[in-house]
Amino acid sequence: MNRASIVADVRKAFGERITEVDEAALEPFIRCEPATWPELARFLKDRCGLDMLVCLSGIDRGKGVGLEAVYNVERCDAQRAGIAVKIRVPYEDAVIPSVETVWRTADWHEREAWDLLGIRFAGHHNLVRILCAEDWEGHPLRKDYKSPDRYHGIKNNVV
Amino acid sequence: MSETLDQELMLGTESPLQDNILITQVDKLINWTRRSSVWPMTFGLACCAIEMMATGASTYDIDRFGSGPFRATPRQADLMIVAGTVSHKMAPRVKRLFDQMPEPKFVLAMGACTVSGGPYIKHGYHVLKGVDRIVPVDVYVPGCPPRPEALLEGLFRIQEKMERERLFDRTRVGARPKILVE
Repeated sequence: MNRASIVADVRKAFGERITEVDEAALEPFIRCEPATWPELARFLKDRCGLDMLVCLSGIDRGKGVGLEAVYNVERCDAQRAGIAVKIRVPYEDAVIPSVETVWRTADWHEREAWDLLGIRFAGHHNLVRILCAEDWEGHPLRKDYKSPDRYHGIKNNVV
Repeated sequence: MSETLDQELMLGTESPLQDNILITQVDKLINWTRRSSVWPMTFGLACCAIEMMATGASTYDIDRFGSGPFRATPRQADLMIVAGTVSHKMAPRVKRLFDQMPEPKFVLAMGACTVSGGPYIKHGYHVLKGVDRIVPVDVYVPGCPPRPEALLEGLFRIQEKMERERLFDRTRVGARPKILVE
């Protein structure tokens, strides 16, 4: 099974619910709405055999666009067929269904995306900060983030 | 100063203790033993730790200067080499380790990050801008990371400081550096 057949299968099964497909991109991807994602994830893993979540990236696309999560999934075989799935959410309602039960790798990756970008993953069993301190405020990789002047009484911004 | 003490002790000439100059001579003896066996604490926080390991390995061989045994507990350590970026999350742990060390204790800030925040000084939201904000630093070794020779030079400065210690000056007034408070 190669990428073209994966895309064909997904198109056949989901039809209009796949909002965008770009196979010519440097990193070919499909795009869907958050509501479609749990079903699509299950489909990719069980039907297409994409059994490894290589990477989960969070991106701040800036004002007017919102936040984005990119999932790179691959088959664990010699051909390494794979595809990226992109999901975009607005700032005010940045919720994406969790896929930690589909790919266990997603557990910590979703926590990291929550920690640094503030994307909520609905259904995650333990969505707490993973890198920043427990009582850190804000999500540092957002474009509008201002680092705190003080943290626990220690001056932070010196330049 | 201490070399002559070495000679006096080893050559077995007239003992300095017979002259009843007790305190100065005991000071000398204690400082000589102390600076000859500086035990650093085993912990590295980032890439500087790699250079620290190289300093401990055979090419640079920190053991030549009596500072070989990296202790795995703060209770047995004299010197804390803060090697690497200290994040705000790590800072309370570093402070606690320092507090657990017995006196007299010394801190060597190794590398740009521990000296001032280094490359993270402007955009590093999570980086402590200099470890001297939480623990008193005796010697700063700049570099990114410093070469092993630089770390050894820092160790010599610590040893020089140890030779100026006084037995009954428990508070080490003027010797203990201040924590930077803003």
